[in-house]
Formats: sequence, structure tokens, C-alpha cells
Amino acid sequence: MENQYKLEVKNLDFYYDKFQALNDINMKVPAKKITALIGPSGCGKSTFLRTINRMNDLIENTHLTGEVLFDGNNIYAEKVDVVELRKKIGMVFQQPNPFPKSIYDNIAYGPRMHGLKNKEKLEELVVESLKKAALFDEVKDRLDKSALSLSGGQQQRLCIARALAVKPDILLMDEPASALDPVATAKIEDLIADLKNNYSIVIVTHSMQQAARVSDNTAFFLMGELIEYDTTETIFENPSDQRTEDYITGRFG
Amino acid sequence: MRREIREKAIELFFLLNSLVVIIVLIGIFYILLSNSIPAFREIGLNEFFTSARWNPTSFSKIEYGILSKIVSTLMITFGAMIFAVPLGVATAAYLSEIADPKVRQILKPVIEILAGIPSVVIGFLGIVLLGPYIARTFNLSNGLNALNGAILLAIMSLPTIISLSEDAISAVPKSYKNASLALGASRWQTLVKVTIPSALSGIIAAIMLGMGRAIGETMTVLMATGNAPRMPSSIFSSLQTMTATIAIELGEVPHHTTHYYALFAIGLVLFVMTFIVNLVSDIILHKYQEVE
Amino acid sequence: MAKDLKEKIGFFTLRLSALLVLLILFIILFDIITKGISVISWEFLSTAPRRNMTEGGIFPAIYGTFLVTIITAFVSVPLGAFGAIYLNEYAKKGWITRLIRMAIRNLAGVPSIVFGLFGVGIFVVLFDFGPSILSAGLTLALMTLPITITSSEEALKTVPRSYRDGSLALGATKWQTIKNNVLPVALPGMLTGSILGLARAAGETAPILFTGAAFFLPYLPDSIFSQFMALPYHLYILATQHHSISTVRPIAYGTALVLITLVLIVNMAAIIVRNKLRNKYKR
Repeated sequence: MENQYKLEVKNLDFYYDKFQALNDINMKVPAKKITALIGPSGCGKSTFLRTINRMNDLIENTHLTGEVLFDGNNIYAEKVDVVELRKKIGMVFQQPNPFPKSIYDNIAYGPRMHGLKNKEKLEELVVESLKKAALFDEVKDRLDKSALSLSGGQQQRLCIARALAVKPDILLMDEPASALDPVATAKIEDLIADLKNNYSIVIVTHSMQQAARVSDNTAFFLMGELIEYDTTETIFENPSDQRTEDYITGRFG
Repeated sequence: MRREIREKAIELFFLLNSLVVIIVLIGIFYILLSNSIPAFREIGLNEFFTSARWNPTSFSKIEYGILSKIVSTLMITFGAMIFAVPLGVATAAYLSEIADPKVRQILKPVIEILAGIPSVVIGFLGIVLLGPYIARTFNLSNGLNALNGAILLAIMSLPTIISLSEDAISAVPKSYKNASLALGASRWQTLVKVTIPSALSGIIAAIMLGMGRAIGETMTVLMATGNAPRMPSSIFSSLQTMTATIAIELGEVPHHTTHYYALFAIGLVLFVMTFIVNLVSDIILHKYQEVE
Repeated sequence: MAKDLKEKIGFFTLRLSALLVLLILFIILFDIITKGISVISWEFLSTAPRRNMTEGGIFPAIYGTFLVTIITAFVSVPLGAFGAIYLNEYAKKGWITRLIRMAIRNLAGVPSIVFGLFGVGIFVVLFDFGPSILSAGLTLALMTLPITITSSEEALKTVPRSYRDGSLALGATKWQTIKNNVLPVALPGMLTGSILGLARAAGETAPILFTGAAFFLPYLPDSIFSQFMALPYHLYILATQHHSISTVRPIAYGTALVLITLVLIVNMAAIIVRNKLRNKYKR
């Protein structure tokens, strides 16, 4: 039973200076499933996502109490190596953020940082990652071209491939399709569904339809609190909290 | 763990590099002070600051009074501001409020170019161009005087005043201006009664910085003001500023003499003056940024 | 009606002011170019002064300015870049950072002649480098430090935050991120900004008056401990210290023209490149 949860969040509070952005979050994220975080903007869902790979450490004057257990170990314990942690927990951002380098160098960036120098292995890894992100066929003839020349949707899949190349366990996605058109969004959603076989995915989305389409479980956040967390089906068809129902049916936000 | 130590070491390396500016600032103060103390001891603070007579090489009575130099420096600095402030602020207002973007795009680099002209070139023009012109206009035997220096210093401080004032004026929120316009005020009234007053602290900070630059300017005043080491009596007087005194005399004095130390003491006074002016400008600017 | 008239007069005055500033620059450039151009020749640029500087060229002065600027660049550019990296990438809000920033602003306001005094006190006397290319170069380097730091930091600021976050999220360390994903983007901007500072240093006279610039040297400097001739100092000499000022006036104009041409070309090139870079990563 223990092993089927990748992440376990216990009594998590998070503050920006004096403002409390997360209030006593408790939540278990299952392995190799897709967990969606929904809620109106400013509800803390993105902040929560960024606590999982400690990206919030980069913001000055923030403060956190509680625990986030990753495979049973608290990632906020004193001796945790943040760099190792971020290798295991990849992240895809809201705006596609390819580096101003070639497609190849974008994917190879992470592995190189971690010391992979062997050319053949690197190339193998780049191809494999691009294939996993369903981008290989579109770019295989121009790996040396700038990543900035790709379309928005391709850029976002490149960013996913870049994250996969580091061989993470968990993939965090912060509204990965919010900057994309419907066709590109559909491609990203298909990709996410495929990835679930190998990765545990946590995705923040402002689109309830997207949460309903892709996720296994859904968590509803409101004003820094986790209101309800259940299977996606339950949340959307039979929510137990009135506030969840109001949000799902579009009565506020 | 080794990696963490490495990362810390790298951060420390960069920190040390940025600390150089503090070390240099303290170093300047220390060098000036340590070389000034013998001068103060031998001359006495009283004579140094209150006497207007500076005769370091006199055979009869050696004197080290810098009052006339301080007065000269202040005189041409304020003189420069009389020209530079209206011209600079008006140009800044033009750039940020009236000029269309294309004109602005051309003018801003032009002003940067003005800032890039070496002071020795401006001083040279003071001798060959402005000096003769002043002499002719006012019927003087020569035009190397306070007026010449003041005009040149105005030119040299214009870029600072213009670009920083423009930043201040552009930073005034549009809503202020719109509110004024909506009340039926004309664009001119809005500019004079709303925009400029709102930007005032930034403009004052800009003027202070321009002033600091003028106080410390050396080559222009050295070349264009005639270098008469006495109390100036009018704008047509030749005079010698603090900076010019150092520039002329340091090359000729033997090291570690009273005269040598006295020149460092002038440098110290200069340093403290510009430091205060810059600090005040800094404080004004910061208050103003907090309001933003 | 009165309101309208007032506005017209007001705006006209502002326009006039801007025009006057332009006119000033125009007069400066016009005078120097028209009176300096006739002296410029290959000989003027490539030979040494002759006959007590009443004939010949200004090559030693150009060469000396070049050497000093190189020393300045070697010290000021890395120091400024490293300092800026600390301020923009590592510094947290706090008293150290505030102190550093205050020091930068104040250092920028220290009069150039005071840097000259400092250079004498520390490099010439204390370190015993004597009046030399090294002393002058170091003095100018410290003087330009506020410019190189500030402009390097401005260049680092143009690098989007997402480049840093993206790299860190892949498990790169902070230094790896800076080295591989921030500096390559910021470097051109850091260099052009620093070059602006160097152009200013090359035109400075007061800091080199006593730290190594020489009135006249019959030979070219052969080491960094030699004294040197410099363009701005040469102009000062020709304009004020020469025994026959009117005879050398054309040479003075020529020197002024060479000096502002060098400074302005570097300035303009750097400004153009900087504006291009500024737009490139805006998004």
C-alpha cells in the first residue's frame, strides 16, 4: 500500500512574507497516475505545485512549514540536495520556455549538466526523449536549428522532452496548455495521457474540461485551502462540498 | 556535498568582486584622509578653511587658505545650474511629453553622445570658441572667466540632468495626467501643474547629480576659467576652483611636503562635498521610488 | 483662447530648449570637424611630434591612450562583470547589497581629479608603480567600475527569468545555470556596456595627469612601468601649456578631432548594438 503513493503532503503551510498562501494542505499523490489541481486563480494551486520541487525556494521572503514526503522522505529535511531532487521531479512551465539554443542542445542541456559527455549516449537520449514527447518526427531533420523557431505547441512539447531527458519520476506541469491553441492543446493532452504509463504527473489547470479529460484524481483548491480531493469522476459528478459544486458548475470564479 | 561547497565558493568569489566597490570607496577616503591630516596639523583648520589666500610658494609668507577656491567652485557650479536646470528640465519635458517617439529615438542617443564628449575637448572649445566670443560680447581683454566656466559646466551637466529628469517625468502615472485632462485642463496646464510637480523629487535628484558632476569637473574649468587664485568678484572674474588647483599644482610639488598634503586636503573637501550632494540626491530618489 | 495661447507658447519654449541642446552639440562637432579635418593625414596619425610639437603627428599619444585603455579593460571589465553577476544573480535584499549599491552610486559621483589623487596615493606612491601605464590604467579602471558594473547588470536583467527557472528545474546548479544559460545570452550586452565605460575612460585627463601621462616622450613606452603620452593630455598641453600656443592650434584641433572621433565611434557602435540587444529578448 505504501508504495503506491509517490508524494505525501502533511500539514503544509506556505507564506509569502506575511501572506499565507497555503493553509494546512494534506494530500497523497498516487504513482503513475495523473493528478489535477484546479481552482480559481490565486487559490494557491501553482504555489502548491512549486513546493513539490522546491522552486519556491528561489523566491525571497517565503516560508514553509509541514512536510512533503517523496517516496517516504521529507524533501524539506535539512540534508536534502535540492539539485538531486529537481532531477527526480521535473517541471513544465506555463509559458513554453525553450532556451535560446538548438533543439538538440535544449534536450541535451539537463543530461550534460549532470555529467553525461558520451556523444552516442547523449544522442540516443535526445532522440528517445523527443520520441516520448511525440516531437521527433516533426523536428528530426532540424535538430541543429534554434528551438525558438518552433511553434508554441512544439516548444511546449520540447520543454516536456527536455524534462524527460533527465529521467524524472514525477512530472509537474503548471497550466502547460494555457498559452496554446486548441489543436496544440489536444496534442499536449494526448501526450500527457501517454506519459502516465511511466511517470507520476501533477498538473495545474484552469480548465475544468482539461482536468476532466486527462486526470485520474482531482484536487480542488480555494483561497489556499484544499477543499476536496477525490477521483476525478467523483469531483465532477458527485462532489461532497458545496463550494466544489459551485466551482464545477461555474457558479463563481 | 562537495558540489554545495563549490557552489558556495563560487558565490563567495562573486561577492568578493562586488565588494571591491566598497573597498575602493573606503580606500579613497582613507588615502585622502591620511594624506590630509599632516596638512591640517601644519596649517590648522582655521587658516585652511577661512583664509582666502593661497600662497604655497611665497618667499615672504606661505599661506594655505582655500576659501576663495571653495567660493569659486560654488560660484561656477551655481552659475552652471542657472543655465542647465531650465534648459535641461525643459528638454526632458519635451522629450517625455511632446516629442513623438521617432524624434525621441534620435534625440536620446544624441544626448548620450553629448555626455561622451571628453571634458578636455569642452575645455578646449572654452579657450578657442567661447572665450573669444565672451571677450568680444562684453568687451573684455580675455574671456577666460567664471562665466565661461559656468556655461561649459552647464553643457557638461546637461546630459545627466536631461536623462534623469526625463526618467522622473515619464514615471508619472498616466492616470494623474488623464485626471487633470478630464477636468478640462489643457496639456500645458497638466504638465506644469500636475506632471512636473509629481516628478519634482526625481527632477531635484537629477539636478543634484548634475551639480555633483559640476563641482568635481576638472579639465573644463582648469582650461576655461583663467586660473587666478583669488576671491572672485564678478562673473567676469578669472578664478581657480578646487579641482583646478589640484590639477595644476600636484604635478609640480615634491611628494610628502605640506603643499602636497594640502592638495590632498583639498581633494578630501571635494570628496566630502560631492559625497554629500550625491547622498542627498540618493535619499531623495529613494523616497520618490518608494512612493511609486 | 488665453489658455490656448499659453499652451502654444509653453510648448514652443520646450521645443526651443531641445533644439538649443541639439545646437550646442552641433556647434561643438562642427567647430572641431571643420577646423581639425585639414590637419588629418596619414602622417599626422602615424608619426611622432617633431620640433617641439609644432610639426609632425600624434602617434605616440594615440598609442599611449590605447595601451592605458587595454589595462583599464583588463581590470574593469571582469571586475564589473563579476560584481554584476553577484548583484543580479546571488544578492538577496539586505544591508550588504544596499551598501554595495550605495557604494556604486557614490563611486560614480567621485570627481575624476580625486581618482587622480587616489591613484597617486595608492598606485604611484604606496605600491611604488611610479607614474606609469599601469598606475594610470588601474586608476581609470577603478573610475569606470561603476559604469561596467551597472551596464553589466542591466544586460543580465534582460535575460528572461524563465531561462533561469527552466534550467534550475532540470536540476542544474545555480552556477551551471548562470554559466550555461544566462551568461551566453547576456555577454554581448555586458561587453557593449563596458565598452561605453572604456570610451569614457579613454577620454579622461584628470586621473592620468599625475599617474603616468607625460608631456612629451621621444620614444614609445616599452613596458607597463613606462610613462606614456595620451590623446586627451596631449590636447591639454597643446591648448594651454605649449610655449607657442597659436602655432600649434591646428594640431590641437586635429588632436581634438581624433579624440572625439575615437570616443564617438566606440560610443555610437555600443549604443546601436545595445539598442538592438535590448529589443531582442523583450517578450
